[in-house]
Amino acid sequence: MNQARAAGLKRLPRTILPKGGAFRHGPTALILLLPSLVVVFGIVIYPLIRTFYTSLFDVTSAFPGNYPFVGLGNYLEALGRTEFWAAILRTAYFTLSTTLLEVVLGILLGLLLNVEFRGRWLLRSIVILPWALPTVVNGAMWRWILNPAYGALNALLTQLHIIPEYRSWLGTPWMALNMVVVADVWKMTPLAAFFILAALQTIPHDLYEAAWVDGAGRLRTFFSITLPLLIPTIVIILVLRTMEAFKVFDIIYVMTRGGPADGTQTIAYYTYVEAFSNQLFGYGAALAYVIAFFILCFAIIYMRLLRRGEVEY
Amino acid sequence: MSMSEELNERRKLSRREFLELGAAGTGLLLLAGCGGGQGGGSGTLNALFMSQAAYSETDVKNMTEQFQKQNPGIKVNLTFVTYEALHDKIVAAAPAGTYDTVLVDVIWPAEFASKKMIVDITDRFPESERSKIVAGGLKTTEYDGRYYGVPWILDTKYFFYNKKMLGEAGVNPPPDTWDGVVEAARALKSKGVVEYPLIWSWAQAEAIICDYAQLLGAYGGQFFDENGKSTFNTGGGLQALEFMRMTLDEKLSNPASTETLEDDARKVISQGEAAMALNWTYMFALANDPKESQVAGQIDIAHTPKGPAGAPGVNGSMGMAITSGSQNQDAAWKYIQFMTSQKIQNQYAKLSLPIWKSSYDDKQVIQALPEVVPVAKTQLNDLILRPVVTQYNDVSHTMQVELQQALTGDKTPKQALDDAAKAVSETMQS
Repeated sequence: MNQARAAGLKRLPRTILPKGGAFRHGPTALILLLPSLVVVFGIVIYPLIRTFYTSLFDVTSAFPGNYPFVGLGNYLEALGRTEFWAAILRTAYFTLSTTLLEVVLGILLGLLLNVEFRGRWLLRSIVILPWALPTVVNGAMWRWILNPAYGALNALLTQLHIIPEYRSWLGTPWMALNMVVVADVWKMTPLAAFFILAALQTIPHDLYEAAWVDGAGRLRTFFSITLPLLIPTIVIILVLRTMEAFKVFDIIYVMTRGGPADGTQTIAYYTYVEAFSNQLFGYGAALAYVIAFFILCFAIIYMRLLRRGEVEY
Repeated sequence: MSMSEELNERRKLSRREFLELGAAGTGLLLLAGCGGGQGGGSGTLNALFMSQAAYSETDVKNMTEQFQKQNPGIKVNLTFVTYEALHDKIVAAAPAGTYDTVLVDVIWPAEFASKKMIVDITDRFPESERSKIVAGGLKTTEYDGRYYGVPWILDTKYFFYNKKMLGEAGVNPPPDTWDGVVEAARALKSKGVVEYPLIWSWAQAEAIICDYAQLLGAYGGQFFDENGKSTFNTGGGLQALEFMRMTLDEKLSNPASTETLEDDARKVISQGEAAMALNWTYMFALANDPKESQVAGQIDIAHTPKGPAGAPGVNGSMGMAITSGSQNQDAAWKYIQFMTSQKIQNQYAKLSLPIWKSSYDDKQVIQALPEVVPVAKTQLNDLILRPVVTQYNDVSHTMQVELQQALTGDKTPKQALDDAAKAVSETMQS
């Protein structure tokens, strides 16, 4: 454990909890805390424990019953299956490409929204729309856009003579996966853009003035002032988006249902299929824990990055 | 980052956990020990249907209203989901006993019955009634010699063609063999009548297995031999997939077929962008309805085309079952009896044909679908079943993926089916 972490631990009792523990004020505190304790236990801790317990058994039905104990068998089974690793790879690709695109496009869009021009308020409100759409609606909309027979994308591209004739977008595995990436990027870029916009507005203007006085051009200013000062925000976007993207499920369910040929079956979708379609709840529970493990790894890596990235003006 | 944020982070993980699978666990705790009950034959029922193919939502609502009028003591709440979501909805709702009656596909009774999710109704459903039902359809809800529901939708995939387009290509009479279909498609394409003459529902879903089963039957293949060993990777099973692939390679089939479900195929035909397709009964009425179709009046229905081994249609029937979690099984049974009754089925024959043998000579039914009933009468006596196994979904999923890998060119048909056969055998043994 590094020093920062140790310091954090030591600081905790002083800053978070009052001296003498949480129940210093006696029964009143307990009564006031009880509702949230019940909720946290009911919807967080109990399912967490229960899912782990389930993952140790060969549970093959949603009903209670006596199922054989298999220990870590479900986990080993997952690690030994090619579908599992294929799903992990696909998920990694999805996560990397969506996160990267969302960050890059988010920065560009954020910079645009930060410039003063007439009608900026209108653009700002329009840009937030995709993010405000429920994912299911977004998925259904993209299914329509990508429809091979009457989709808007086909119409647009053929009328611009970019493609000679209507084509299928979700009919082959690799193309389908990329189209899901496009749909996700379209929806989530505004979020990144608004994080960036918020960060841009906190950068003091005199920094830029000083740079101009020193004769720095626009590009130079961007790379030497703007970008470095955006790093903490970018890391936060990375953290949020990788974790979200890694457990992507709903947009896949709506757009492709994991197909064609499992080409868009991400790890969360695979877990769902095994648990609910094949009624292998034990195996599904183990997969859910594996996902949690991966995300925990991301969390640890990113938190270290974040700690390093703190900036003071 | 402070410790409290780390704690927060952890809490977020837990919530995700909860959403993904914990729900099942919570369900177990809360509802353990919730058994079913007969009920008093009245009260409120929750019924789960699908909003796709066969009877429309409006039909089901109207039937249910009629039922409620006749049985003032029973109120029925209806839920509709797409076919693709139906199975998982039944599974997820089972421990909670959310639904009293559920619509089950012919491929599920083995799984649901062996896991005791739906109840054995053999005693309520006497031989005298059963003998009046079309034999192939009766198999829909049978498992291990017992009955777990009453067939309700009796369906198979018929051959639909656009007679105007075939006429323009000089194809007359319409093809009745798969070789004939290919020739017709070549003619349609070379004469420029339509870019892709064939559209199929080959998306990664049960739909592709239905088409495959029907072709496998035509080419004389079998899913399993008598010892339960996979045999679909040889003979007719292989020829069926090679046929599917060939139609794509020659660009006779729309390449979008691999992302198409039955209802998408119906729309493509209805827009005049394909000339031939396999689909369920319901397409006939909709493709010839001017409100739904630009080619109304041009679509005809026929037996599924013949292959070297015959022309069996895939059994795509569905039945209504009572869930074991239902507290109101007597009322549920009354509802099922009403919905499957000959009187009601004859009345609503337009989108889905009755399960009752004598209905096929009934004036009302023939009038509803004069072109379809004579075809159905013989086709429904020649059906092929998809494998009856308790791990059906797993088997089906494996096959969907391998079939699609062959269709999208990632594997040869032989390789794909060999891989599928191996994986299926492993699943069946586990």
